[in-house]
Amino acid sequence: MAKILIVAEHAGGKLNQSTAKCVACASTISGAEIHVAVFATDGAPVAAEAAKIQGVKTVLTVNNAANAEPLAAVLAPQVAAVAANYTHVFGPSTTFGKDLMPRVAALLGVGQLSDIMAAEGAYKFRRPVYAGNAIITVEAPQDKKLVATVRTASFQAAPEGGSASVEAANVSASLPSHTRFVTRSAAATGRPDLQTAPRVVSGGRALGSSDNFKIIFSLADKLGAAVGASRAAVDAGYAANDLQVGQTGKIIAPELYVAVGISGAIQHLTGIKDARTIVAINKDAEAPIFEVADIGLVGDLFTVLPELEKALG
Amino acid sequence: MSKILVGLKRVVDYNVRVRVKPDGTGVVTDGVKMSINPFDEIALEEALRIKEKGGATEVIVVSIGPADTQQQLRTGLAMGADRAILVQADSVVEPLAAAKVFLKLIEKESPQIVLLGKQGIDDDNNQTGQMLAALWDRPQATFASKVELDGGKAKVTREVDAGLETIEVDLPAVLTTDLRLNEPRYVKLPDIMKAKKKPLETVAIASLGVETAPQFKTTKYEPPAARSKGVMVKDVGELVAALKQKGLV
Repeated sequence: MAKILIVAEHAGGKLNQSTAKCVACASTISGAEIHVAVFATDGAPVAAEAAKIQGVKTVLTVNNAANAEPLAAVLAPQVAAVAANYTHVFGPSTTFGKDLMPRVAALLGVGQLSDIMAAEGAYKFRRPVYAGNAIITVEAPQDKKLVATVRTASFQAAPEGGSASVEAANVSASLPSHTRFVTRSAAATGRPDLQTAPRVVSGGRALGSSDNFKIIFSLADKLGAAVGASRAAVDAGYAANDLQVGQTGKIIAPELYVAVGISGAIQHLTGIKDARTIVAINKDAEAPIFEVADIGLVGDLFTVLPELEKALG
Repeated sequence: MSKILVGLKRVVDYNVRVRVKPDGTGVVTDGVKMSINPFDEIALEEALRIKEKGGATEVIVVSIGPADTQQQLRTGLAMGADRAILVQADSVVEPLAAAKVFLKLIEKESPQIVLLGKQGIDDDNNQTGQMLAALWDRPQATFASKVELDGGKAKVTREVDAGLETIEVDLPAVLTTDLRLNEPRYVKLPDIMKAKKKPLETVAIASLGVETAPQFKTTKYEPPAARSKGVMVKDVGELVAALKQKGLV
């Protein structure tokens, strides 16, 4: 029977929704027993949140002053130690999980499966390759521990309603001092989080400048949406790097995605193909974005956006 | 003598629209343009810049793959690498096995820095650098968008979901690159000529004595589910009406 350990992602004493998405993925494996581990200085508040996720049996807290920041080199030996009692170890395919989980796998002497989009059994999964242009079915050996990351855009967060027990775990692992946290700069925008927002408005190269990019923020605010950007817009400096949507940026699955002045390179499309409704506004009628759009409007964004904002009241 | 080891993976070119073979056994690669993985090109550019600023004395490019991978290594030499090592492998090498191969080369070359792309744009795994750092028991600084060397340390700014994060690592260390670390240089014709004379050593993967048998078995390739055909609207009024109909505004 599968016994699955999920590494909780958290920041500022709050659980990241990616954890409930990992639980949702693990819950699709029949008969799986699901535990969540919180590595923190004081994991109690985060563990209390994790204990409420439906499907979680036990939450483990691993408290250590060295866990103040999520440094993969520091966390990996602890995750590997806790993993001893499990058949599977899952983390989210966010930058946190992508950084950490391969290091855990290598310490355990096994490979890693990246970006699970569906489980067809405890050792059979589907995942995207080639920027999502192919979906492969992969079988993992049953006699090895399976370390994997879960493609968060493929799963709805498991709902609340659980009441897991919370236990402190003692972990003895020697932790390195060769890696030190210096600083983190997060743009405090007051807007919804790009990865979890039900609505997203994204801007592309056609915006032309960071000043012009403000009309994307303006429309997003009107819709209560998060803001995203194409790689071209980020490379050109119109938008911050953490707004990039696509193969190498964020993979998102909002209810509504509005692509403004984005031509729709394959690498961008792979980041949005799970969106429920895609709206494209572009002045080039031949732009590939229209091939995936549910609603397309050919027009100059600098005329269309102010009109749209007005029409939305 | 401070060396930088750079990994160059041969992948289907960034601009190719990859298609699944009709029989579901793989993707079409016959006659398809192959290139250096774009993230690895950024890794090489960073290594060259570090060397040009006096932070290293030699840049070695390494690839694991079939004999044809020499083409990508020659391109790396033309960009400015000093020498190349091809670890010849004719079947699939998973990231853990690739990390073990790199570890063998590290034992021989003792580099200060290993620079790799954060992910290959073919299998999109994003694993090898992290695994190598674990096996080597050294720091990792993944998704780097800025690297500053200071003696035996590196200060690395990383692109993370929340924004930018800066960490400090002791060298030697493994760094993996993100898109905005730098813009790789173009190769000039005289450099291509010069690159032909630079050393390129070929090593059979079997001779390194590492376990390379794949752990995972890919049983099927499928094209992604197609989205249903959308509608084109002719003005903002129609757009708002369509959004209202879907209950989105």
